[in-house]
Amino acid sequence: MILRSKDVLGLEDLAAEEILGVIDIASRFRAVFDRPVRSVPIMRGRTVVNFFHEPSTRTRISFELAEKRLSADIVNFSTATSSLSKGETLRDTAENLAAMKIDMLVIRHSSSGAARYLANVLACSVINAGDGAHEHPTQGLLDIMTMRQRLGDLRGRKVTIIGDISHSRVARSNIWGLTKLGAEVTVCGPPTMVPTGLDRLGVKVEYDLLRAVKDADALNVLRIQLERHASRSFPSNREYHRMYGISAEVVQKLKPEAFIMHPGPMNRDVEIASEVADGPRQVILDQVANGVAVRMALIYLLSGGDPGALAPAAA
Amino acid sequence: MNFTEKAVIMNAKEMNRALKRMAHEIIEANKGIDNLVLLGVQRRGVSLARMLADAIRQVEGIEVPQGALDITFYRDDLSRLGPSPKVSSTEMPFDVNDKIIILVDDVLYTGRTVRAALDVIMDWGRPQAIRLAVLVDRGHRELPIRPDFVGKNVPTSQREIIKVRVKEFDEKLEVVVGEVGEA
Repeated sequence: MILRSKDVLGLEDLAAEEILGVIDIASRFRAVFDRPVRSVPIMRGRTVVNFFHEPSTRTRISFELAEKRLSADIVNFSTATSSLSKGETLRDTAENLAAMKIDMLVIRHSSSGAARYLANVLACSVINAGDGAHEHPTQGLLDIMTMRQRLGDLRGRKVTIIGDISHSRVARSNIWGLTKLGAEVTVCGPPTMVPTGLDRLGVKVEYDLLRAVKDADALNVLRIQLERHASRSFPSNREYHRMYGISAEVVQKLKPEAFIMHPGPMNRDVEIASEVADGPRQVILDQVANGVAVRMALIYLLSGGDPGALAPAAA
Repeated sequence: MNFTEKAVIMNAKEMNRALKRMAHEIIEANKGIDNLVLLGVQRRGVSLARMLADAIRQVEGIEVPQGALDITFYRDDLSRLGPSPKVSSTEMPFDVNDKIIILVDDVLYTGRTVRAALDVIMDWGRPQAIRLAVLVDRGHRELPIRPDFVGKNVPTSQREIIKVRVKEFDEKLEVVVGEVGEA
């Protein structure tokens, strides 16, 4: 048994062996994509519900593809088209779904803790597809898988996460996962976007971009959430790009084998220069492919014989 | 649960002899080795496929292409046994279309592994034919599947376990029969 809990809510809850076990299985699923038939029959007859309470393109499609490639039956719904827009509570909606005998619920929600709340009230497995500014475990896992493919063992490897650390669930999941695997994590961003107390998570804080990236093996460049920030945390897109954007000049200062990741969607010429986003150092499309494989692995590994035998995630 | 070994039913010499005979049978049945590929079922089937390829090369002078098959994602007992913690790789270093595939496994029992393996192959393409080679056929089939090439037929009870040991994983070459009981 690789996963100890019936749910995957965050990398904070997973042990290093669980993370490595998921990535190992994911690499087997990744190999399936190169075949003429890109699905396997293992999840036939299982039902997965994708419940997206917040807009998402890539994560939703990635989960949907992962489920289809496992031959699961799937149901998608989002807030706009559900009774949540008629005032039904999250719990009532979820319990009604559970009464229809589903095996797994994938939830994206704007509130931190929504996934854990549902995991505690539902008997089925719950996968967190991003909850508020809390965690985005599948993104963390696909980032780690992408790094391990290039770097192997991450112990002692240097990873720098750049951008809006305060509001980023991607940053949080990366920090939990990477530190558990022994990587040295540095976060970098404008002081208005870096929360205090990060040293308690075992990461280094650096406000100067060049100092933060010069020894890095991998850069994870976060999306600046323009819709959230409209002239609050930094003066302008142009100024952000000048101070913290990954430009061709910054790339020249990196170690020769260092590579650049981005969880998407990109704001070209804000956090990452267009020529870098299309350049030889980025591994963005590889991250996307790994994302489907990691989600397949999680869904497969949560499909235990007897879901009741697995304990709910610790609160 | 521990495994109690009862008897060695094939030693290294007998295994090599059986594989050599099977190699001859495969060459004869296919009138040569044109279009022939060997596909081992992970993990010991892969070792046996390599040994069969060596035996074929000694006769024909040519190395037959070999692949490896993992059937985990095609199992039919997920709801009973749950997910496997370890999955081996599937390696298909050739185009399966129009090939004659010799599927190689260590022990043929219920036939469910072979059923899954056939489905994996079909998802890679449409071979001209698939034949089945097993080192040990122990009976108790639950599906309409029969082997084309057999190293040894071993009547067993369902309580018994047959273990094929290969150099790669077990440091020796032999087939043993035993039983699993409480320690």
